[in-house]
Amino acid sequence: MTKEAVQLPLPGFDQACGQWRAEYSRQIGVDRVVKNRSGIEIKPLYTPRDWSEAAYDSDLAFPGQYPFTRGVYPTMHRGRTWTQRQLIGLGAPEDYNARVHQILAAGATAISFLPCNSGFRGVDCDEVDPVLLGTCGTVANTTDDMDVALKGVPLGEISTAMNDPSPFTLLAFTLGVAKRRGVPWSSISGTSNQSDYLSHFIANHMFLRLSLSGSRRVLLDHIEFCLKRTPNWNPVSVVGQHMQQAGATPAETVGFTLSTALQYAEDCVARGMDIDAVLRRFTFFFDISISFFEEIAKFRAARRIWARLARERLGAKNPASWRFKFHGQTSGVDLTRQQPLNNIARVAVQAMAGIVSGLQSMHTDAYDEAVATPTEETARIAIATQNILREEAHLCDVIDPLAGSFYVETLTDQMEAEILAVIAKIDAAGGMFKATEAGLVQTMIGESALGFQEKIESGEQKIVGVNCFQSNGEDRPGKPTERPDLERMKAHVERFKEYKAQRSQDEVRRALDALARAANSPGDNVYERVVEAAERGVTHGEIVSCLRKELGFGHPLVIA
Amino acid sequence: MTTPRLDPPARVLVTKIGLDGHDRGSRIVAAFLRDAGMDVIYTPPWQSIGAVVKLATEEDVDAIGVSSLATDHLIVPNLLEALRAAGLAHIGVVVGGIVPDDERPGLLQAGVSAILGPGASRDEIIEHVAAIAAKSRQARDADFEESAR
Repeated sequence: MTKEAVQLPLPGFDQACGQWRAEYSRQIGVDRVVKNRSGIEIKPLYTPRDWSEAAYDSDLAFPGQYPFTRGVYPTMHRGRTWTQRQLIGLGAPEDYNARVHQILAAGATAISFLPCNSGFRGVDCDEVDPVLLGTCGTVANTTDDMDVALKGVPLGEISTAMNDPSPFTLLAFTLGVAKRRGVPWSSISGTSNQSDYLSHFIANHMFLRLSLSGSRRVLLDHIEFCLKRTPNWNPVSVVGQHMQQAGATPAETVGFTLSTALQYAEDCVARGMDIDAVLRRFTFFFDISISFFEEIAKFRAARRIWARLARERLGAKNPASWRFKFHGQTSGVDLTRQQPLNNIARVAVQAMAGIVSGLQSMHTDAYDEAVATPTEETARIAIATQNILREEAHLCDVIDPLAGSFYVETLTDQMEAEILAVIAKIDAAGGMFKATEAGLVQTMIGESALGFQEKIESGEQKIVGVNCFQSNGEDRPGKPTERPDLERMKAHVERFKEYKAQRSQDEVRRALDALARAANSPGDNVYERVVEAAERGVTHGEIVSCLRKELGFGHPLVIA
Repeated sequence: MTTPRLDPPARVLVTKIGLDGHDRGSRIVAAFLRDAGMDVIYTPPWQSIGAVVKLATEEDVDAIGVSSLATDHLIVPNLLEALRAAGLAHIGVVVGGIVPDDERPGLLQAGVSAILGPGASRDEIIEHVAAIAAKSRQARDADFEESAR
């Protein structure tokens, strides 16, 4: 049965609406003010007076059509569901290898690589207390290490998300492995996660290695290298996650992230790169909080804004450049240490919001992430949550299923306005690089973080098990924490030391000299030299410390 | 119970040792303690244990808050040992952040005064730190009088 198009609102609408309003007021008495995390006031009811189909063509259009509000591809999850991409990384390279083969055997087509905290810090495994090694990620300091980690992994067929901040040594090691195995670099696919250095200076100091200006230089070299040499690799993932985790509101997060993407795109163009070649390889990475409708409106608005920015402001001609493709990770800061099994429910709601928003890939947090590094069992439940939502809940039957909801469309428009206001503020400050350098973004996020915390303290924002419905008894799982075997880690450090001693020291010195020279010659490509150094046996720590010396050390810019 | 405010105010070093750089927690806690009237000495992450001991000496702090998200709590016992070796055994050390349950007893045994996990309220944090600082100040002053005698 086809419905005739009707003109909304219907006759009698205003009278009926007035009647409802009167009854609502009578029953509820004094209504409370409800605001979402982005500070937008939420009404109790939305109607065609708030949103109508008038702007359908220009604001929504169809999936795969500009401005992509309804999705970046024509088929979305009906054609192909999202990629399940869990973060993995632990212990020594052989431990990682065992875990990857488990995941591949379970049917995964994409993997991730999370390095040890010592790697994030930019040092080698022999420079830190061994008790800290491999607890949160895998120790991989050389091409040899990566060869062990990726043993038996079909490099050219699998997509890898590398948590690999500047200067991107993990990709360099991987390319070294590919060369050894005769796998062409053009077949290597994946993403340099944690390439977004601005987000690190703003909101996650974990990944700081080089100075702000040094990071800018190396990222551009990295992008230039990848466009030429590894055309299936995404050199940039613009990360909103850190900012939202650090306390930015969802609207601020998208505003800052899109401003960051504009900065990188404009930097690439200034370097002479082709805007369409660059944007096609941009991806985005966001947090999905438990504020369900707000998250959905956030992602729908982000797609629309990015399409318009890419086309109108950056002048990209290829529709592929306008697509806002994103990876979502369920928000860890929404999880609680109290009654941790409740986190399974929280993650499911967050994941639902992400799926309904049309994400391209997802990581679901394990329920014990507020307590510990996930165990095999808790990681399995996190993946099962995705499987249940995909296979049982019928979430993927319809594309953009909440479109046309008076509420969701109104909220999408309102989030869009908030986001655009943030972008305008950053523009006024001279762009994201300058706004970060001046501490403007950090200050804004700090204020929002404190504001949210105040709401929890005052009880205005309720969190089950934390400030309401607390339980007194033992509410935590008693599982012992899985830590890497200390003796194995010490043995790895010994092997690493032997490796360093038996390399050709001349080769190493020459490679590091070339790297230092490149850092001081603006016309040279630093990343090209990083890749060469990795092939010649130079270690992660040696590469990072050379570049820190030449380009400056990455210190936090602000401010308690 | 409310711990009486110290005069001069409690001096608290808020820091992160080891490899992790997630510092949202340490910055928020620093602001809480400052707003509660304490003198807060704040450091960026990645401090070495030697640097923390040096700063604790120079700044004559009553308490040290160590924030840990990604397993850096495992080296807190080394910090306590270094404080004792430097004659600073009176300084109370509070660990905040993510510490798995089965690793809490080890820290407490090593001499950590309190462990405050995610979800600890502002008042709870201020209360604990104030009490620990007061105790440390008392112990310091007792030591001082002892040695003056």
